[in-house]
Amino acid sequence: MDHFPTNWGRPKYDSFDTHATYPIHNRGHAQSAASNGAVQHTHFSHSKSALRQPIVTGTSVLAIKYKDGIMMAADNLASYGSLARFKGVQRLHPVGDYTVVGASGDMSDFQYLQHILDGLVISEEANLQDGHTLGPAEIHEYLSQVMYQRRTKMDPLWNSLLVGGVKDGKRFLAFVDLLGVTYSASTLATGYGAYIAQPLLRKAVEGREDTLTEHEARTILEDALRVLFYRDARSINQYQIATITANGADISGSLKLETAWGFAEGIRGYGAQTQ
Amino acid sequence: MTSIGTGYDLSASTYSPDGRIFQVEYANKAVDNSGTVIGLRVKDGVVLAVEKLVHSKLLVPGANRRIQAIDRHIGLASSGLLADGRHISNRARDEAANYRDNYRELAPLKLSDRLSLYVQAYTLYSSVRPFGCSTILGGVDKNGPSIYVIEPSGVFYGYHGAAVGKGRQLAKTELEKLKLSELTLREAVFEAARIIHLVHDDAKEKEFELELSWIGDETNGRHVPVPKDLFEEADRKAKEALENFE
Amino acid sequence: MFRNTYDSDNTVFSPQGRLHQVEYALEAVKQGSAAVGLRSKTHAILLALKRSSGELASYQQKMFRIDDHVGIAIAGLTSDARVLSNFMRQQAMASKMVFNRPVPVNRLVSTIADKAQVNTQEYGRRPYGVGFLVVGLDHTGPHLYEFSPSGTSFEYFAVSIGARSQSAKTYLEKHFESFADCSLEDLIRHGLHALRETLQQDKELTTNNTSIGILGPGSVHEPASTAVDFRILEGTPIEVYLQTMQPKEVPPPASTSATASSSTQPPAGGDDDVQMSEQ
Repeated sequence: MDHFPTNWGRPKYDSFDTHATYPIHNRGHAQSAASNGAVQHTHFSHSKSALRQPIVTGTSVLAIKYKDGIMMAADNLASYGSLARFKGVQRLHPVGDYTVVGASGDMSDFQYLQHILDGLVISEEANLQDGHTLGPAEIHEYLSQVMYQRRTKMDPLWNSLLVGGVKDGKRFLAFVDLLGVTYSASTLATGYGAYIAQPLLRKAVEGREDTLTEHEARTILEDALRVLFYRDARSINQYQIATITANGADISGSLKLETAWGFAEGIRGYGAQTQ
Repeated sequence: MTSIGTGYDLSASTYSPDGRIFQVEYANKAVDNSGTVIGLRVKDGVVLAVEKLVHSKLLVPGANRRIQAIDRHIGLASSGLLADGRHISNRARDEAANYRDNYRELAPLKLSDRLSLYVQAYTLYSSVRPFGCSTILGGVDKNGPSIYVIEPSGVFYGYHGAAVGKGRQLAKTELEKLKLSELTLREAVFEAARIIHLVHDDAKEKEFELELSWIGDETNGRHVPVPKDLFEEADRKAKEALENFE
Repeated sequence: MFRNTYDSDNTVFSPQGRLHQVEYALEAVKQGSAAVGLRSKTHAILLALKRSSGELASYQQKMFRIDDHVGIAIAGLTSDARVLSNFMRQQAMASKMVFNRPVPVNRLVSTIADKAQVNTQEYGRRPYGVGFLVVGLDHTGPHLYEFSPSGTSFEYFAVSIGARSQSAKTYLEKHFESFADCSLEDLIRHGLHALRETLQQDKELTTNNTSIGILGPGSVHEPASTAVDFRILEGTPIEVYLQTMQPKEVPPPASTSATASSSTQPPAGGDDDVQMSEQ
């Protein structure tokens, strides 16, 4: 996916192909030109495609493994391009009793996915009540199938998702994106966080997955969120943290990041003018 | 029976000269020979109870559940041909899911309206047979608790208390004695268990297993099986009441 | 020629509310040779009697593997069974594909039951003419189900289908309460005893006409590396189990080895004779 949130939500600039795909998407006139009435696909770009761009977007989601399970964090902002459009959006969604899905990317696609997942839990768990429940591994596999099928139809759900949870004493944390790419690690981050936060998380977590306390894990995520807030112009200083342990999933209310901007005074063009 | 041998009773798409559809009446016979199913609608919820006739002692008790969940907030139990009952519950689940997809909210119990249309369609053609089961849907939606019964003919009615199957007459008599709109959900569980035990004919029948489910404030608006301790208490009290009754 | 007016068609109820075509389909199941299923806390097993149409013919296959954790034994029309078992395999694969999870066995059985129901309600079809015993192992433990052409499925502790299966049921009803704690060897012996009840007068169980399907940890007679996956034993490997059978007249002793082999895994390298000498 395009990991630069700065590119997300930009009006599409059709005459310049950012990703060097060819031919540049362009349609509308050729089909009606066929004189005999038959639809003629003379050009690749005439084929039906619903490829779009994300409109209202969420930025990074962070998640780490720790002693008791999985901890996941995301801020509460949904941006419209560079406009901080919605400041109270929850981007962490519980699925069943063992799993939380965190989303960055297009928020309407994420809302659609929430609906799909809620329906899945009703048809697979609430209706049958036979003791077979969906754990994070199953949810992740399902999501990756949905994402991959959609991208194969050239109509992707424009998200990067983290799936975390605990079931049968096993921690699970994995990634899936709009292409259907999946991977798993003890620290994961989407979007801008994949560049800025991931190295910090790795340094703090790797090798300590089984010893980190909840308090330590929370501090690590908060520190990473703070760095992101300083660096990522599509982020906000309000966030939520999900903890998934053997006791189930808990998603906190909206929390405020403590930040200090004193250093900015010395920055030319930001603080008091020095020249 | 006047219907037999006339040739007017061989298809759901044929009326008899006096305007009856015998195939639908025969389908009702399949219901009349099956274990009793009752539903109680009380002020704060709904209780469903099934007299599950056990045809072998090799069956695993507690497995093979007869009360189905249609969504978080709707339960369904049917009397008659078991497989037909499952067909209807699968259809009901589809209906509830479609409603949710279209309107993004929980399906109302009026869902049984659409379900009854589906059942009715099977009374129109010679290429299908009617459903051999009567279905009770119970649940709580934003209009409060409600119960509907769908019959093989496709008619559906709302009830305060409903009974279908072999023991329905006696069960209805018992239900009429209750002040259903004043009972609590918990009290209704005990009454439901008592009625099922009462209508079961020990002399004629095979063994049976009581099955109970409920939905209301006490279950957080979720349709779930009655929890084990309450179930056992209700089952025990029902047996005691039966001994005193006789 | 029909027995009565109401039995030539799926879509006709009899005046009593019965479906004669469905009942006749159940008869087709009873025409097939018997199959028996049992389960303990650790194992679910199938036993079936194979028929051959003559000296020169092979024995008809009675058991099919659906997935690592599911196996079936059939009675009735083999061709219908193959259609349904293919469908079950597709379902099992779909579960692996979509959720990366072995399909829950109860749901698999319900799915084919629902499929069979449609064939009892629509014109131009006939009900399936085959019954299944399905054993499965999932995270809720070992299970045994019966599927029938009427579109129903039930979970049992032990059950039998096919020709003269009532005799096997009588045996199972007498003993099923002890099955839960049985060792695999004892469970198989009970299964063979039950299956034997379905034989015609002059017949007996042999390595040729008997199939044993096992789900659960390996027995002392299997290689130590045996996984819990479903496996079908036929021919010489079942000789050791046939040997453990006791003459019909003597009622089998209370399961003495149940406590001796209470651990789920039989002792590695256990000698064949040790198990048998306890009987």
